[in-house]
Amino acid sequence: MTEAAGTTVTADELDVPLDIGGVEFTSRLIVGTGKYENNEIMVDAIRASGAEMVTVAVRRVDLDRTKEEAILHHLSPDDFFLLANTAGCYTAEDAIRYARLARAAGFNEFVKLEVIGDERTLLPDVQATLVAAKTLADEGFKVMAYTNDDLITALRLEDAGCVAVMPLASPIGSGLGVVNPYSIREIKGRLEAPVIVDAGVGTASDACVTMEQGVDGVLMNTALAAADDPVRMSHAMRHAVVAGRLAFLAGRMPSREVAVPSSPTRGMLD
Amino acid sequence: MSTTVTIQVRVNGKERDIESGQTIHAFLESLELHPGMVVVELNKEILARDTYGENKVQQGDTIELVHFVGGG
Repeated sequence: MTEAAGTTVTADELDVPLDIGGVEFTSRLIVGTGKYENNEIMVDAIRASGAEMVTVAVRRVDLDRTKEEAILHHLSPDDFFLLANTAGCYTAEDAIRYARLARAAGFNEFVKLEVIGDERTLLPDVQATLVAAKTLADEGFKVMAYTNDDLITALRLEDAGCVAVMPLASPIGSGLGVVNPYSIREIKGRLEAPVIVDAGVGTASDACVTMEQGVDGVLMNTALAAADDPVRMSHAMRHAVVAGRLAFLAGRMPSREVAVPSSPTRGMLD
Repeated sequence: MSTTVTIQVRVNGKERDIESGQTIHAFLESLELHPGMVVVELNKEILARDTYGENKVQQGDTIELVHFVGGG
C-alpha cells in the first residue's frame, strides 16, 4: 500500500501540552514506580508508557541492603520528573513530614499528597488532606492532591492552592476503572486547576474512558506493574490515553438507540 | 593512648552504638551512604545537606535516613 495521501499530523500536534504548576508535559500519563517484579522491567515499562512524570515514595533506607531499592539508581532524575508521594500516611502531620523530607531531596517542589483514611479501601481522609494541602501550599509546595471523586472536596483543594486535583477512578490497586464518570466530569467542569484521575484504572479501556471524560491526565501504577506483561501494557496505556484524549477533543457523535445507515439510501437499484 | 568512646543513637528505628565525635557526613560514609542520595532527619528536624559536615551526632540522637523508593 502506498502512503496515505494528505496529512501526517501527529497526535502531539493535535493537543496542547499539559501544564501542571508551570511545568509542561507532553504525555498525559503519569506512572508509579512501585510493585514491579524487578527494576529492569520497571524501567522498560516506564519508557514504554511515554510518561514524563513518575511517582516515587519516601521510605527509610534499609541499612542492611541499600543498593537495589534506591529508585534513583535505576531512574535518572534527568530523564524523568520525579513526583514524590506521601503514600502510607494516615495523618496530615505525617503527610507534611514526608513531603518536607521529599523536598529536601532537592529535585522539585512538587508533592503527590495522599492521606489515607481507611486501610481496607485506602480511601482518602479528605479533611486531613485539606489540612495538609493548605499547610504545604503555604510552604511553597506544588501540591497534587489525591482525593475522592467528590466535587466539594475538589473545589476546596483548589482553593487551598493545589496545582492539580486528583480524584480517584476507583480504589487504589482495585483495577475497577471509572466507577463514577459523572462525578469526574463534574469535577473537571468546575475546576480551573488540572484534574488528573489517580488510581483505579485496570486496563487500556479504563484509561481511554477516563480521558474521554475530558480530564487532563491519568495516573496509574498497579495496572502496569501487575499486568502479566508490564511493558506491553504500558504501550497499550500510552495509546489508550492518547486515544481517549483525542476522542474527547474531537467530540463524539451523539449516541442513539436506533440505527442510522452510513451509506446513501438513495440510488439503490430496482 | 586513645580509647574509642561510643555513644548510643537511634537510627531508622534501631538502637546503634557508634563512635562519638562523628559528623553526619562521616556517619553516612561509615554506612556507605552517598550524602547526595539520602535525606537526614535529626531529632525530627530535616538537615540541610550543606550542614552534614558541621553537625555532629550526639548521644541519644534520633536519626532518620530516608530516600526515594518505588511507589505509586
